[in-house]
Amino acid sequence: MSITIQNINKNFGKFQALNDVSLDIPEGKLTALLGPSGSGKTTLLRIIAGLESSDAGKILFSGEDVSDLHVRDRNIGFVFQHYALFRHLTVAQNIAFGLESLPRKERPSKQEIAQRVEKLLEMIQLPQLADRYPSQLSGGQKQRVALARALATQPRILLLDEPFGALDAKVRKDLRRWLRALHDEYHFTSIFVTHDQEEALELSDQVVVMSQGKVEQVNSPAQLYARPDSRFVFDFLGHVNVLSGVVKSQKLVQGDAWVSLPGTKGDQEAQLYLRPHEVQLSRDPSTHARLPLRIQSISLIGSEVRLELTPEGWESQELWETGMSHAEFAQQNPTRGELWYAVPNVGHLFEADSHQPRSVDWDFQNAANASSM
Amino acid sequence: MSLHKNRVGDQPWVRRTLIGLAMALTVIFLVIPVVVIFTQALCAGWSTFAGNIMDEYTLHAIGLTLFVALLTVPLNLIFGTALAWSVTRFKFPGRKLLITLIDIPFAVSPVVAGLLYLLLYGRNGWLGGWLSTHDIQLMFAWPGIVMVTVFVTCPFVARELIPLMQQQGSEEEEAGVVLGASGWRIFRKITLPNIKWALIYGVILTNARAVGEFGAVSVVSGNVRGQTNTLPLHVELLYQDYNIVGAFASASLLAAIAILTLVAKAFVEWRQAKSELSAPETRGV
Repeated sequence: MSITIQNINKNFGKFQALNDVSLDIPEGKLTALLGPSGSGKTTLLRIIAGLESSDAGKILFSGEDVSDLHVRDRNIGFVFQHYALFRHLTVAQNIAFGLESLPRKERPSKQEIAQRVEKLLEMIQLPQLADRYPSQLSGGQKQRVALARALATQPRILLLDEPFGALDAKVRKDLRRWLRALHDEYHFTSIFVTHDQEEALELSDQVVVMSQGKVEQVNSPAQLYARPDSRFVFDFLGHVNVLSGVVKSQKLVQGDAWVSLPGTKGDQEAQLYLRPHEVQLSRDPSTHARLPLRIQSISLIGSEVRLELTPEGWESQELWETGMSHAEFAQQNPTRGELWYAVPNVGHLFEADSHQPRSVDWDFQNAANASSM
Repeated sequence: MSLHKNRVGDQPWVRRTLIGLAMALTVIFLVIPVVVIFTQALCAGWSTFAGNIMDEYTLHAIGLTLFVALLTVPLNLIFGTALAWSVTRFKFPGRKLLITLIDIPFAVSPVVAGLLYLLLYGRNGWLGGWLSTHDIQLMFAWPGIVMVTVFVTCPFVARELIPLMQQQGSEEEEAGVVLGASGWRIFRKITLPNIKWALIYGVILTNARAVGEFGAVSVVSGNVRGQTNTLPLHVELLYQDYNIVGAFASASLLAAIAILTLVAKAFVEWRQAKSELSAPETRGV
C-alpha cells in the first residue's frame, strides 16, 4: 500500500510542528523519517497513523483518502518508542490483543488465534516466553513482542517510532538487521522515525530528512550521502570538514589556507564542505590546495585509522576529520602534534547566494589510487 | 572517604530525643484514646455492650450509615474515575482549574459545606422552593445526607488516580486503539487493570470518610432519632443523654471500622508497591 501525504500542516499552540509537508511513500519500501528532535518527524508519523489530526492536508493510502478514517479502522501496525506493551497481559495475550479486538464476524476462532500467536512467537524467535509478563523481558525482547503484536492483524502498513532508540548498541544492530530481513520477507510498506543518521542510511530504501517541520530532502541513502542538497542535510549526515572563507581570484581563502576553485566569481563569501573520505593527508601542500592542519588525536580502532586535526593559521568551528587505511598509516607513520596538509579530491561549494551546493572535482593526480577506492 | 562516625544531625542524643518525642506523642494522642474507647465501651461487661449495640436506634443508625456509604462509594468511584480520565487524557481549557477545584472539599470545613447545601436545597433555599412544590424532600432526609457525604468524599478517588494515570501516560491506550479495540474494551482490558490498586485505595479512603463524616451530615440531617441519625451523630446524641457507656459502645464500632480501614489500606499499599516494582521499566535491555 503506498502512502501519499498532501500539504499537511500541524500547529501545537504557537509552535508549528509541520509546515506544508507533502511526500510520497512507495509501496513495499522501508522509508526513514530522519531529523533532529523537534523536526516534526514523530508528529508526521502519528498523523499518518491517525493518532493525531492534522490542521490541514490529506493522507491517502493507495490513492484513497483516509484523513477522516479513525485510527481503529486504518488497519496499520504501530510500534511505539517505549513499546507500550500491556503490562497486565502476558506476551501471548499482548500479541493476541489485535486479533481478539476484531469485530465478531472477522474474528478468528480461539484455536486459530492461538495458532497465529504461536507462529508470530516463532517469527520473533521467542516461543519460550509466551507466558511471561512484559516486565520480565529485556528491551530487545520487548521490542520484538511489540513488533509481533503490531503485525498480528496483518497490516499493509507498519509504522515505527524510534524503534531502536532505547536499546544498547549491540542489541540495536541485531534488531536492525532482523527488521530489515523481516521487511524483505513480508513486503509491507514501512516508515520508521529516527534521529540516528547511521540507522536511517543503513536500514532504509528511502530517507526523508526533516528539519523544523519541513522536508529538506528525499532520496536513497547513497544519493543522500553523496549529494546532499542543503547545508542542513550536509551537517546532519555524518561528519563534514568545512573551510569557510572569501573567494578571491578563483581561490577560496581564509588566513593561511586556500583552495583553488576554477570558474568561481570573485569577492563573495563561500563555504567548502568536504567529507572525511574526500580528503587525503599529505606532508606537503598540493598544487590545488593548501590546508595546514596539526594532528590532535589518532584513533586506531576500526577498519580505518581516524585522525582529528586542528587548523593551523586558519580557523574552523569544528575539528577536521579524515581517515587512512592501516597499511597507509604504517607506511606514513603520522604522529600527534605533526603538521600535515589536507588534499581534497572532490568537494561541495556553497556560494553566498545559493542554497544548493555546487560540486567541485579537482583533477586528481593519483588516478590509480582513486580507481582502487 | 571521611572517617566521621555519624552523619550531620545523627548524634545519638538528637536521634533519641526525636524518636522518643514522636513515640510519646503518638501514644498520648493516638493510642491511648483508641484504647480508652474500647475499655469504656466494655467497662460494664459484654452483655451491656451487646445490649447497647442491639438498641433499636443504634441499629437504625448503623443501617443508615452503611446505606449512605453504599450509595456514596459507587457514586464517587464513577465520578472520580471519569474526572481523572478527563484531566489526564484530554487537553482542554480549564483543565488545571478543574484539578484545583477537586480539592475544595478538602479545603472547606464540612460544616460550611452542609450549610451551603441547606441554603441551596432547604425549604427556603434557592432550589428548595421548586423542590417542595414538586414534593421532593432532600434536606433533613437521607438524600441530603448522601449529597453532603458525596461532596465531602469526592476528592479521594480522583486524587489517587490522577498522579498514577499521569505517570503511566496514554501510550498503552493508544496501542489499544491502533490495534482496533473499542473504547470500552480498552478501558476494561488496559486502563482498569493498570489503575486497579489505586482505585481500591481510593474506595477505602472514601468509605472511611463516608462512614465517619459528622459536620456536614449534622447540618443537613436534622438528627431525628431512628430516622436521620447516622452513627457519628448517634454517638453525640447518646453522650448528650448522659449515656456514656452507650456512646462509647457506638464509638467503638466506628473505631473498629477505622482499624479495619487501616489494615486494608496497608494491604493495598503493599500490593501497589509490589505491582509498581514489577512495572516495566521504559529503558534498558
